[in-house]
Amino acid sequence: MNDIIAELEAAVGEACAKHGGTDSVSASSTGGWNPRLWAALEQIGVTAISVAEEHGGSGGDISTAVAVLEVLGQHSVGVPLAETALLAGWLLADCGAVLPSGPMTACLAGSDLRLERKDDNLSVHGTVARVPWARCVDHVVVLGAGRVVLLHRDDFRVREGTNLAGEPRDDISIATSVPLVRVHDVTVESGISDRGFRTRAALARAAHIAGAARRALELAVTYAGEREQFGRPIAGFQAVQQHLAAMAGEVLLAKVAVEAAALALDTEDDPDVAVAAAKAVAGQVAGLVSSLAHQVHGAIGFTDEHPLHYSTTRLWAWRDEAGNENYWSTELGRRAVSAGSHGLWPLLVGKRSHSARR
Amino acid sequence: MDLWNLNPVALPPEHEDLRGNVRTFLAEEIAMGRITPRCDQWLGGWDPAFSRRLGESGWVGMTFPTKYGGSGKGALARFVVTEELLAAGAPVAAHWIADRQTGPGLLRFGSAEQKEAFLPLIAQGQYYFAAGMSEPDTGSDLASVRTSGRRIDGGWRVSGTKVWTSGAHLAQAMVVLARTEPRSSDRHAGLTQFIIELPDPNVQIRPIRLLTGEHHFNEVVLDDVFVPDTRVLGEPGSGWKQVTSELAMERSGPERILSTFPLLAAATDYLAENSSRIDMARFGAVVARIWALRQMSLAVAGRLEVGAAPAAEAATVKDLGTRFETVVIDTVRLLTELEPDSGSDQEIPRMLAESILHSPGFTLRGGTNEILRGVVARQLGVR
Repeated sequence: MNDIIAELEAAVGEACAKHGGTDSVSASSTGGWNPRLWAALEQIGVTAISVAEEHGGSGGDISTAVAVLEVLGQHSVGVPLAETALLAGWLLADCGAVLPSGPMTACLAGSDLRLERKDDNLSVHGTVARVPWARCVDHVVVLGAGRVVLLHRDDFRVREGTNLAGEPRDDISIATSVPLVRVHDVTVESGISDRGFRTRAALARAAHIAGAARRALELAVTYAGEREQFGRPIAGFQAVQQHLAAMAGEVLLAKVAVEAAALALDTEDDPDVAVAAAKAVAGQVAGLVSSLAHQVHGAIGFTDEHPLHYSTTRLWAWRDEAGNENYWSTELGRRAVSAGSHGLWPLLVGKRSHSARR
Repeated sequence: MDLWNLNPVALPPEHEDLRGNVRTFLAEEIAMGRITPRCDQWLGGWDPAFSRRLGESGWVGMTFPTKYGGSGKGALARFVVTEELLAAGAPVAAHWIADRQTGPGLLRFGSAEQKEAFLPLIAQGQYYFAAGMSEPDTGSDLASVRTSGRRIDGGWRVSGTKVWTSGAHLAQAMVVLARTEPRSSDRHAGLTQFIIELPDPNVQIRPIRLLTGEHHFNEVVLDDVFVPDTRVLGEPGSGWKQVTSELAMERSGPERILSTFPLLAAATDYLAENSSRIDMARFGAVVARIWALRQMSLAVAGRLEVGAAPAAEAATVKDLGTRFETVVIDTVRLLTELEPDSGSDQEIPRMLAESILHSPGFTLRGGTNEILRGVVARQLGVR
């Protein structure tokens, strides 16, 4: 890990500890938005991380962004950083636009949203379900019909919804005409595609999962050292030690997988296998780690008064967002089978681009 | 916690060129019928001719400096070569222990004379070691070894019994861990490693056959074997420290993930023909896991490359990886619905049989997974 990443991780961790923690959860019950933490992250300069500076971003690569997302996941804090930087920021910057200020979110136009060119406007009508953080952001960036569209706050209405952790997952309805200055045609060279969008969204959630899984492990280790049964801390029992060690293995696997997938996005010609694998594995890990963490904690762990649920509700929520284990495993399974017996190994090993950026 | 220093590794372009060369070589070997892909070939594939050809290509002893016949290319280059060999199911058992642990052990702890005597031959793929660690009743509790070394003029007399010694009947030497001082409160003190050249009139080697009938393991009885001082490896009494330094190398390699990979690869062709009824998600879940485990193993190799001793990280790779090797078997078995058959001339039934009958060993060899989780628990501070 390079020094820049280590410094950012430390700074973001500090900001989370100061402005995040359980605060963000109470914030999420009153609208899911932690403006103090967002301001602190803006000051650190990570809210548009991985977007080039000439487009109003903070610079840095995907690996750096993923390291920051892991820290956010670890602290169970809610802010639309993945949506602002990795999705909306990417879409706008790769179309040559400059990012507006403030938090953003992004979505794919599904079958319920119509985009039609009308005179000097783009008519956008319909709905998109479960858009992360929609109620809290200034802008929503939509990818659909070969275009990237920047919506303002007054272009859409929100029907509030949440995931298991209480994070905003709102349905938005849109009935507006967007001036063409906020509409960008997707060019072939831009590299923007629905698939690319899904890949980035999946990597972001996998990074969050890696962080949250680590926190669940840390909480379990701490609890096992404190809680006494039969006259000694439960950490003294081999069965509990085996649970904790098994968790540690899974947590480490998720961490290395998401960071390797980020590296693939930064350096490889074809990073799709890496990201699909990372999200599938993160989903596997989320399930295993949350069940083991709860098992170690006993009944107190699934009460509201113990902080474990801040991590585990997120693990349960995030594994189903941006494609669950089956979605990404099916993608990989298809690719593996079509690669055949001679192609499977090369598919797994991947191919680094020789013009790697790092 | 140290554990979190494990970061993914991007291999440099020259390593990918190396990979290409190994792949071409292996494709030719298979096409010419010199080798046949099989599962678990790092235990079972003893082929001195193949090991020599690898040695001629510079692909054995890659972590040894050139002055000892190695290529000095380091842990990551070696990682690339070994994973290509394992993925192809190539027979690497003959030189495996010598290349993976005896050579590095000699480099680190051996005398100048020992290095000159053994390392070039190992790197040529011509000299093979067996690892004499386990004993009856010892298992993963290596500190309890009872084989003893008694000091005499000019050397030592070593007596005891070693078990599960892979390839001892074919290797030219074995490294034996023995107790050379009475047991004290520090169980790890007073152990010494000896290099015993084979055959030796005072060493009896008896086969312990596997379920397949194959002969890889041995019981080795040492009856007052003379070992000259020149064949003590490292410092007398430092055996424990030396052995544990081998373990990170032994536990984290791609061999802890890929023993059954040839079966998984073979299954893709079969599944392609029956794609309408297979559970792609189930197959893909295994592919996802192997991708991630490989990244983890590679990350540990990256730590080894910079001289770290990532013992707990290596233990997690082995715990997760070896359990995964059996998941591969079950997935292929259930998705193809083929019956395992050692005598089959079809690849998948044959590989299924080989893998299933070898599988109990996956989570035992190199320290049982329960012991490994103990190592991780200690790192977590709960033990």
